[in-house]
Amino acid sequence: MTLATLKRSDAVPPNETIVRVLRDDLTLDPENDPKLGNDEVLHLYRHMVMTRQLDERLVALQRQGRIGFHVGSLGEEGAILGSAYAMRKGDFLFPCYREFGAALMRGLELQVFVHNMFGNAKDTVLGRQMPDHYTCRRVGWGSISSPVGTQITQAVGFAWGAKIQKKDVATLAYFGDGATSSSDFHSGMNFAGVFKLPTVFFCRNNGWAISVPVERQTASRTFAEKAAAYGIPGVRVDGNDLFAVVATVQKAVERGVRGEGPTLIEAITYRMGGHSTSDDPNRYRGSEMLEPWASRDPIGRVRAYLEKHDLWDGTAEERLIAEVDASFKAAVKVAEHTPPPPLESMFEDVYARPPWHLQEQRQEVLSGPRAPNPHGS
Amino acid sequence: MPQMNMVQAINDGLRTAMRDDSRVVILGEDVGRVGGVFRVTAGLFDEFGDDRVIDTPLSENGIVGSAVGMALYGLVPIVEIQFADFIWPAYDQIVNELSKYRYRSGGEYPAKVVIRAPVGGGIRGGHYHSQHPEAAFIHVPGLKVVCPSSAYDAKGLLLASIADPDPVIFFEPKRVYRAAKGDVPSGPYTVALGSAAIVRSGRHVTVLAYGAMLYEALDAAAKASLQGVEAEVIDLRTLWPVDIQTILESVKRTGRLVVVHEAPRTCGFGAELVSLVVERAFYHLEAPPVRVTGFDTPFPYTLEMEYLPLSHRILPALLEAVKH
Repeated sequence: MTLATLKRSDAVPPNETIVRVLRDDLTLDPENDPKLGNDEVLHLYRHMVMTRQLDERLVALQRQGRIGFHVGSLGEEGAILGSAYAMRKGDFLFPCYREFGAALMRGLELQVFVHNMFGNAKDTVLGRQMPDHYTCRRVGWGSISSPVGTQITQAVGFAWGAKIQKKDVATLAYFGDGATSSSDFHSGMNFAGVFKLPTVFFCRNNGWAISVPVERQTASRTFAEKAAAYGIPGVRVDGNDLFAVVATVQKAVERGVRGEGPTLIEAITYRMGGHSTSDDPNRYRGSEMLEPWASRDPIGRVRAYLEKHDLWDGTAEERLIAEVDASFKAAVKVAEHTPPPPLESMFEDVYARPPWHLQEQRQEVLSGPRAPNPHGS
Repeated sequence: MPQMNMVQAINDGLRTAMRDDSRVVILGEDVGRVGGVFRVTAGLFDEFGDDRVIDTPLSENGIVGSAVGMALYGLVPIVEIQFADFIWPAYDQIVNELSKYRYRSGGEYPAKVVIRAPVGGGIRGGHYHSQHPEAAFIHVPGLKVVCPSSAYDAKGLLLASIADPDPVIFFEPKRVYRAAKGDVPSGPYTVALGSAAIVRSGRHVTVLAYGAMLYEALDAAAKASLQGVEAEVIDLRTLWPVDIQTILESVKRTGRLVVVHEAPRTCGFGAELVSLVVERAFYHLEAPPVRVTGFDTPFPYTLEMEYLPLSHRILPALLEAVKH
């Protein structure tokens, strides 16, 4: 295989430079085995399945016009959940916008998440942002913005703040291959390298930034090798190998908290769906490009491992999916019957206290005419 | 009471805040060992160490992005942007991140950062060391914008900005960094945000100014007085949220308004000030409001004294206003 094809977005990369643990024969490579207990593997597997099931349901809700938007993680569940699992309690994760499954695993309640998808009065961010832009400080989860890459420097600053106060906190910044072209990627990697900060730069190389393939993001042979320019380690990991992801992120965190600085991890995975519900990937890629990745599905691989060890079977799978569906349905019912945020909430939290001009504008809205279809588009 | 210039007063304010609160840290380019290119952070590195007075790599976007992260953690970062002209790489972090964090997180993540930046011309700096970009920040919901003109106010407003729960853009008029001298109390005190000061009383025309141009407005007012025109000069001090009450009370008394600022005229802060007054005091006006401002050109090097709205351009506006 030539260098040019090494990172083509439709090709599974070869083995040699990539951390892999779960072998094709379903044994674990002892060199990097994170030594997860059976209960841990089951826990992660359940969350991967739940994430995929919720993705499907949320897309359906969007197609029915019941929510406005969803940005999913189909095919990337191993990279997302494995990395979040490796972060310790008290560490902070700075999401891109494709990682709701990780937030749920860290303790964001499904109902709170679903309220956010509906942007209603119980949404913790009061419908101020699009769906999937929730926040949850108490589980170490940042606030999500749509501009690409901006969370990277913030994850660095957060870890830096903790280090200045001599607190043991590591951070993880999620971003995609597209964000490696942003100035925040450069600044974040550079600052964290200079100040040896405990940040894990977790790049989900999923092949695509909306319609733009990785070849258009960089002329570098890999994303991981960019780390060399910042004097930090860069590691490529099979992002569809849950065990390898957990092990790689754990090592990066350990390195960070030892004071040795950040690590760039390139998790090689594939975006099996569109960029978001607003995107039609058939316009720019053929379905044949998905085939090599479908056979390396991160969920299917773990399921095969669990079944081999008699830890899982079809009945358990059916029961889990039924449970997820039931709790999602119940959460949607509650969210759909929850009113929109109150009008005056539009003017709160702009500042700690509304200054005179916002008080005036709030009064103007409250005493003025209502929009003809206030909650439609 | 000690006499200080504005550089010394801001330095004293920073030291006061850092002694008072271990969460306060300073980061920027050349702020550490050398104490800043204008010496505003001189001596702080020696007193507080490089954990709290941080020489960063040369990236405004990285500085502000990191500062936002530090603020999310719970520190109170004070960023120095070496010249306001260099703030634009950080504009995304300021507009899309810093200013919206409290709102977009439902109050869960207030991000408290003070961004200091020297502004303004008249120092032979050309257009990359002279801009006065307040309008681009006043326009952004969630930011407060401050621009002192005296040493006393600079320290008091800085300490108020650090104590305030919201992000503050703190513009320092570098043309008067050393010329603006006065009594500055040692130790902590604040000048409240959102409060303007009437620095010269007059009954014929209200002049709104701030930063270095305040002194030009005062000079023009003194000259107008010799010709029988008494101008009331208001130093806005906090640009946003502006002290609308003080402005309206004055204009209702004088019936005339002249706004002075260095920045280009079109969509400058003067446009907003005039609109606010026209909307709220239209029937008190006896003359059309006038803007005396920089021109809608890049800031010129050789001709900067012709570009700036100095006293010689303000004076005719004052005399003209009272002819109506």
